[in-house]
Amino acid sequence: MSFTLLLIQTLNGLQFGVLLFLIAAGLTLVFGVMDFINLAHGVQYMLGAYLAVMFYAWTGSFVLALILALLAALAFGLLLEFTVFRQLYDRDHLEQVIATFGIIIFLNQGVKVVWGAAPLNLPIPDGLAGVVTLMPGLTYPVWRLVIIASGLIVALILYFLVSQTRVGMLVRAGATHARIVSALGVDIRRLFMIVFGFGTMLAAFAGVMIAPILSVEPGMGDSVLILAFVVIVIGGIGSMRGAFIAALLIGLVDTLGRSFMIDILRLVMPPSPARTVGPAIASMLIYVLMALVLYFRPAGLFPAKGRS
Amino acid sequence: MKNKFLMSAAATALMVAGVQGLAFAQEKLKIGVVTTLSGPAAVLGQQLRNGLQLAIKDNGGKLGGREVELIVQDDELKPDVAVSKAKALIDRDKVDFVVGPIFSNILVAIMKPVTEGNAFLISPNAGTSNFAGKDCNPNFFVTSYQNDQNHEVMGKYAQDAGFKKVFIMAPNYPAGKDSLAGFKRFYKGELADEVYVPLNQLDYSAELSRIQASGADAVFVFLPGGMGVNFVKQFRQAGLADKVKFLSAFTVDESTLPAQKEAALGFFGGANWAPDLDNPQNKKFVAGYEKEYGGAIPATYAFQAYDAGLLIDGALKATGGKTDNKDALRAALMKAPFTSLRGKFKFNTNHYPIQDFYQVKVVQVGDKFATSIDKKVFTDYADPHAKDCKMK
Amino acid sequence: MTSLAADKPVPRAARFNVGVALMFAVLALVPFAAAFGPESYVLGLVTRVMVFAIAALAVDFLCGFGGLVTFGHAAFVGLGAYTVAIAGAHGVTDMTVTLPLALIVSAAFAYVTGTICLRTNGVYFIMITLAFGQMAYFIAGSLAPYGGDDGITLPTRSTLFGLAVFGNDRALYYATLGFLVASYLLCRAVVYSRFGRVFRGARENPTRMATIGYDVFRYQRVGYVIAGSLGGLAGFLLANAAEFVSPAYMSWQRSGELIIMVLFGGLGTLYGAIVGAASYLLLEEGLAGLTENWKLIFGPLLVIIVLFARGGLVGLAASVRARFSRD
Repeated sequence: MSFTLLLIQTLNGLQFGVLLFLIAAGLTLVFGVMDFINLAHGVQYMLGAYLAVMFYAWTGSFVLALILALLAALAFGLLLEFTVFRQLYDRDHLEQVIATFGIIIFLNQGVKVVWGAAPLNLPIPDGLAGVVTLMPGLTYPVWRLVIIASGLIVALILYFLVSQTRVGMLVRAGATHARIVSALGVDIRRLFMIVFGFGTMLAAFAGVMIAPILSVEPGMGDSVLILAFVVIVIGGIGSMRGAFIAALLIGLVDTLGRSFMIDILRLVMPPSPARTVGPAIASMLIYVLMALVLYFRPAGLFPAKGRS
Repeated sequence: MKNKFLMSAAATALMVAGVQGLAFAQEKLKIGVVTTLSGPAAVLGQQLRNGLQLAIKDNGGKLGGREVELIVQDDELKPDVAVSKAKALIDRDKVDFVVGPIFSNILVAIMKPVTEGNAFLISPNAGTSNFAGKDCNPNFFVTSYQNDQNHEVMGKYAQDAGFKKVFIMAPNYPAGKDSLAGFKRFYKGELADEVYVPLNQLDYSAELSRIQASGADAVFVFLPGGMGVNFVKQFRQAGLADKVKFLSAFTVDESTLPAQKEAALGFFGGANWAPDLDNPQNKKFVAGYEKEYGGAIPATYAFQAYDAGLLIDGALKATGGKTDNKDALRAALMKAPFTSLRGKFKFNTNHYPIQDFYQVKVVQVGDKFATSIDKKVFTDYADPHAKDCKMK
Repeated sequence: MTSLAADKPVPRAARFNVGVALMFAVLALVPFAAAFGPESYVLGLVTRVMVFAIAALAVDFLCGFGGLVTFGHAAFVGLGAYTVAIAGAHGVTDMTVTLPLALIVSAAFAYVTGTICLRTNGVYFIMITLAFGQMAYFIAGSLAPYGGDDGITLPTRSTLFGLAVFGNDRALYYATLGFLVASYLLCRAVVYSRFGRVFRGARENPTRMATIGYDVFRYQRVGYVIAGSLGGLAGFLLANAAEFVSPAYMSWQRSGELIIMVLFGGLGTLYGAIVGAASYLLLEEGLAGLTENWKLIFGPLLVIIVLFARGGLVGLAASVRARFSRD
């Protein structure tokens, strides 16, 4: 267990965390501002990946595919907002959960009908497919660095939008005092649509960026969705800063846990049981972390002030 | 809301009509299929169903001279759902054969209801060690392999090829442990490491870094389905493909290659078959499958299900199409009276096959990718668990 | 939080006694009708429905009355089932031992996790119950001696004083029905007791209950233990019905399904949970028989029910009745 391995794993954890942030950011915005639990957020991520694969097959260009996929995902998201979600904003959380769960079931099967059940592939754009040598003897895939960089850039843009623009101010206000904001004459419907559309595009962006690394398959959004919920709950619902920190925390804990848990256990038990118990404990780690955080801070690390 | 009532009313009506229709056409042979058709693993389940359907179609819609009615059930990869579906097949539909499933955990769950329901269970994929050994069952036949064997093929190959240090990895579940145990049964060299990852892990960056740091000259992995797609792509992206030999089982095959593509070129697998296995019936099968199912190349799941269809056909021909005498039917099945797509095939005392195994390699065929026979590793190979089975 | 269909559960639940009795009577007659058809299939299916109905009752008890939305209740079902399987693997199959054990194990898990979970509320409560559910799931998957992720087959169904009473599908059916009726009556009794008034009051306004002098936390924890034990009971029965136990019983999707069943039937009515479990599972079974792509129908159906049938099936039935009685 060398220092270089630790360094690499930290980068891997960072990359995973950044991905989680892209998904969690939209989720926490929609949840925080609109008080709307959107389980269908994960299928937006899946849809982004599928659309990118389709547009890539048509255009042969990754950049074009990315842009078209984002636009198509946005259009689809707004269509969903218009037809279904709009009726759900003033409903109970549980009813929102059921309805959006119904959409997950539909879309997971839908992509299978449209694109087939077999996993699909999106190649890495030319020139970014190689590896860079970080240190003598240790290399790292360029694309993963691209993911980290693009995630950090998005985080910066979000920070600017939320803290410096009028819409951002409304979003911050909406996260804590939605009723007052609407009483002040702000068109809350329009604000919701902007926030929702933006969240949808972030999830689709995450889907497109990760598609060259993961297989594009039905249901790929489900496990990520649960992790994104873990992130926003640890971070504190509605808090962009909380989502960012929690996403990196989860990414690092999960990656480092999976990587080093067995070695840590080997110190206290024989190798064979350590190999079996290790992965189980590593899988549990983020949930243990969440339970601990919520035990000591029942509203997450950065609770949005003024929320009951 | 009305929709819902109409829906369930329609469903009930159809079910009733179905039951009556069946009573009318008594002479039809009923075969139940338990396979995974939802979730990410659906692609494997579809191959199974397609293979069996093709076998029936190639026989003119008949098996053993009888018209066939195929009743396909989706197990959703949930064991308790599978139990309920299997009971429905046995009890409601009164099937004589159940073909399936893909996954070992489903097999374990449906074994009791099917075999105790006096039907024959024919597995075209899952073949766990317990049912090959101490829990072997007279009403259970396997047209695939014992789960350990494809891993043993790779172990033997790694040993013969003289690899010095192999990094082995599998998911943390029973089949994963059987896999690495099977590999180690034949590979006696040094292990760089032995790693179990959580089932359905998506990102292998952590493991890839370890492989790189370990200085292994080969990896052996068992990562079926989407796990394999992800690992193969990430392995290639990490630049390891040129430095470390890639050995695998159930990780690069025709169900995953459409997503892995170039990334898997030249990678090795252990198998009992490949689409280019050279015999006339196999050529016909592969061409027929591609034609019937939109150009997709069949994987082992499809070929083993096709063989299951041929097995039923042959056995029924021997009994004159009769299924009521189970002992006679069992004896007929045991003789394996059919020409397998893999060539030589016979059943061992535990009802698992004795067959040849190959090392296969990923090649490009036109604009598609497939596995190709590289080298025969085992001849007439029987699994090691048969000795624990009390059946004669 | 906006209003739920369950805001006024008490009077209506009392009025529906006849309907509930009728429902149980129909369930009691099912085996006689089943004898004319594929008996063991029908019995197996309806037994499964009743098992999930018990688990859904527990979830309704928590969600609909306590306002505690649990997203980890499948863990209790799994704990009950695993208790039976693990005891069976060690040769202990008698239900005089395994049933109390299943209840104790799930109650203990509920007590410990409830102590931690109940510090939070709202969405945070949902997520922390999910966390414990996931932990239980991963632990079950790592139990290599008991089948690990593949699960484990029971050597035999539970016995009573050495007799294979559950060997007969009908006996298991009636036992499950008996447990369902008992669970329903228990929940009803608890809900209308003095304890239940505090438990429900804590949902509406915890601060007020605390001001009056009730230790809300302890009341909620007792409620959580009751619901956890009912989950364990469902697990005990599920293990016997399927004769198989696997970690899949504990997955978060399963916990989600339990919530959906309750909402499907009607939250905060208890019998709605039974109606919901039955219609959810039977609909799934019926649609799956129609087409491989049944989920394309099932998904939108959930959306439609939420949008157009507030209060679930029970709410729908009530509003239909109201309309007719007005005419």
